[in-house]
Amino acid sequence: MFGYYLDLALHSLTRNKVLGALMVLAIAVGIGACMTTLTVLHVLSGDPLPGKSGKLYYPQIDPQDARGMMPGTLAPEQVTLIDGMNLLRAKRADRQALMAGGAVPIQPGSSSLDPFYVEARYTSADFFAMFDTPFLYGRGWTGADDEAHARDVVITRQLNDKVFDGADSTGRSLRLGGITFRVVGVLDSWRPNPHFYDLTTGSYNYYEQAFLPLQTALELHFAKNGSNDCWGNGTGGVEGNAYPSATCVWLQFWVELDSAAKAAAYRQFLVHYSEEQKALGRFQRAPNVQLRNLMQWLDYNRVVPGDVRLQAWLAFGFLLVCLVNTVGLMLAKFLRRSGELSVRRALGASRRALFAQLLTESGVIGIAGGAGGLLLSLFGLWMVRHRASDYASLAHLDPAMLLVTFALAIGASLLAGILPAWRACHVAPALQLKSH
Amino acid sequence: MQIRPILSTLRHHKLTAILLTLQVAFTCAIVCNVVFMVAQRVQRISVPTGIAENELSAIHSRGIEKGENVQARHVADLAALRAIPGVRSAVAVSYSLPLNQSESSSGMCPSKQALDRAIQRNSIDGSGCVQPALYDGTPGLIATLGLHLAAGRDFLPDEYVSKGKPAVAIITRALAQKLYPGRSALGQSMYDGDNFFRVVGIVDTLLRPALSKPGVDGDSMIWPQRPDGSSVTYVLRSAPQDRQRVLKAAEAALLQASSNRIIDPKQMQTYTQIRNAYFQRDTTMIGLLIASVLGLLFVTALGIAGLANFWVQQRTRSIGIRRAIGATRGDILRYFQTENLLIVTVGIVLGVLLAVLMNLLLMTHYELPRLPLWYLPIGAAVLWALGQLSVLSPALRAAQVPPVVATRSV
Repeated sequence: MFGYYLDLALHSLTRNKVLGALMVLAIAVGIGACMTTLTVLHVLSGDPLPGKSGKLYYPQIDPQDARGMMPGTLAPEQVTLIDGMNLLRAKRADRQALMAGGAVPIQPGSSSLDPFYVEARYTSADFFAMFDTPFLYGRGWTGADDEAHARDVVITRQLNDKVFDGADSTGRSLRLGGITFRVVGVLDSWRPNPHFYDLTTGSYNYYEQAFLPLQTALELHFAKNGSNDCWGNGTGGVEGNAYPSATCVWLQFWVELDSAAKAAAYRQFLVHYSEEQKALGRFQRAPNVQLRNLMQWLDYNRVVPGDVRLQAWLAFGFLLVCLVNTVGLMLAKFLRRSGELSVRRALGASRRALFAQLLTESGVIGIAGGAGGLLLSLFGLWMVRHRASDYASLAHLDPAMLLVTFALAIGASLLAGILPAWRACHVAPALQLKSH
Repeated sequence: MQIRPILSTLRHHKLTAILLTLQVAFTCAIVCNVVFMVAQRVQRISVPTGIAENELSAIHSRGIEKGENVQARHVADLAALRAIPGVRSAVAVSYSLPLNQSESSSGMCPSKQALDRAIQRNSIDGSGCVQPALYDGTPGLIATLGLHLAAGRDFLPDEYVSKGKPAVAIITRALAQKLYPGRSALGQSMYDGDNFFRVVGIVDTLLRPALSKPGVDGDSMIWPQRPDGSSVTYVLRSAPQDRQRVLKAAEAALLQASSNRIIDPKQMQTYTQIRNAYFQRDTTMIGLLIASVLGLLFVTALGIAGLANFWVQQRTRSIGIRRAIGATRGDILRYFQTENLLIVTVGIVLGVLLAVLMNLLLMTHYELPRLPLWYLPIGAAVLWALGQLSVLSPALRAAQVPPVVATRSV
């Protein structure tokens, strides 16, 4: 029966080409606009570490002084060097990493390459295991290397290609800022988006190419990137070789906690730590502790640009107008066929059968509109990719969104078809036959 | 033109008419709000920075030599840059330029009492203290940037410092009015908690490196502090058409002065590029918004034309009868035009209400200002015109229906 309805639907669409084309076009335009913005939203609000993000937490404590020139009472979004080292050495979580962003000059051994700067991350050893970074060659350094201020560096595949022509460079030396480092590992392509572990450097399309032990970088006074918030007499120390002072927060601290119970225990530990520091006179405020997991942290920082959400809402408004448009056109089309429908009714077709037939027709329009919408959204994403926004290059359609496109198109057109089909299948057979 | 027969016809096509009305209403509401958003963004991206944008370019350099005397380096670099043909002047700044996102700011209070108030309230708001953006640079910054000194004077050579904080500052008019409302800011001393800074000059406008709210975007101060790091940005002033050439020459000149440095090609930009990069998201958004408005109007026009077409076909016989009993072509044409006018008008009335509701909703979620009421009549006029345009072709077709149709059976 369905095949027959399908046949009828195609027949009816080709009979009135203009009206059919208008409906398909309306659905296609609405779907195209919706899917373009939804895909961008989907890409931007995606989980950077699926399966792992629920176990990663970003502890916040409040070391600010009581006079607080910093407005608001929210805990700072980073930690001071002292607190960071204390929490790191306390080892109360399954894994923990203290880190800061920076930039290091690379002085390649070969004379054919001029020195150049790359973005770097100064971090403690657990970084690699905690964030499941894929290694092409070698591995990360160890906690002992951290304490020994080892001259170890992990580089990305991209940098490895540039400096070592893609060869396995583990064990080879690389000069950074005039100091000889040993390459211990090469990361395979790893570009988490958003750049979740440090949002102060920009949320999207920021990638480090060299990773080195935090304490080594601090000892060598390598330049830092990112932001710092200070209070009291703290100064940022942006220029020269000075780091922010003790009353500045400028490092990120992440922990991995395998269970909710451990997370609760860790929060308790942070409260104890704050109380202890207050008793010692370092902290002046009552414990002000936050422990957000990765996705909560991204949410809290409103990582997805507000514009993108606005666009998505706009696109849904657009789809709504397109739908109302299609409902009107379908109503016109179906009612025009009252004669044909009443003949079918008179020949014994039930209302249900007519309804099914008409809905099949709207489904066919939906599929055609979905295909058109897919082309339009591919075009839309292509346009987005050619903009210079930081997230532009991420806008690609994935299989999940492809399915959503068709589901949305068919769903929308079926929805649009219900009312017209309902009206049309209630024709009185005799009356219509009489008038013709 | 009789309205009554149109109304009674529409009563027979209630559902279709309602759908068309709804479509017009939604379109009206969305178009009014989106055009308003476009206007907001256009206003945002056309904000004046106060500097000679067309004549400036910037090149960033990072020294990689350990223990280099950075002050001597900057002096030598500036001499090399000034020797480039076409360069009218050159200065070094640490990193801040209007709209280049690298901002450093500091709390400034008009007096010590105001600072105490801020401490008491535990907040800078309402204390009289302000958080202006700080600009530094070598002598000649005001002239090179093309800032207009509205009162007071430029810094004196002996006021410049390399380490520590200077004793004087030049502030923008906006900052002066905020710190010292109703009196002259010249000669007053600002206090940051540790040091006093005497205001020696006031410039008209100098935008911050990063914008946040319209009320604070013009709060900037310049102090006579020479950049003191190996990372430095040189600002060059030249004729607008010379900028690309000057940048290339500047890179060569800097590398010749010392090869122990890294010049990032991405940080070698004319000021126009810096400005465009800052507003990239806004220009993208403006493009998207305009595209969606046009798309929406297009779809609505298609919908109106499609339904009008359907109605004309459906009523061919009755049009023929009307023509046969004496209606002119003009009567038929006007009939469909009036019908469209009625439907669109009802849609617009609904749409205007929806537009205001939508704006209220957006105001709570996206910090949009209130929709100015004059947008509504303009939106209405656009939709009226759109409706009349899209109904024209079907209505003309209807007017062509010959009276003889009345005598045929369908």
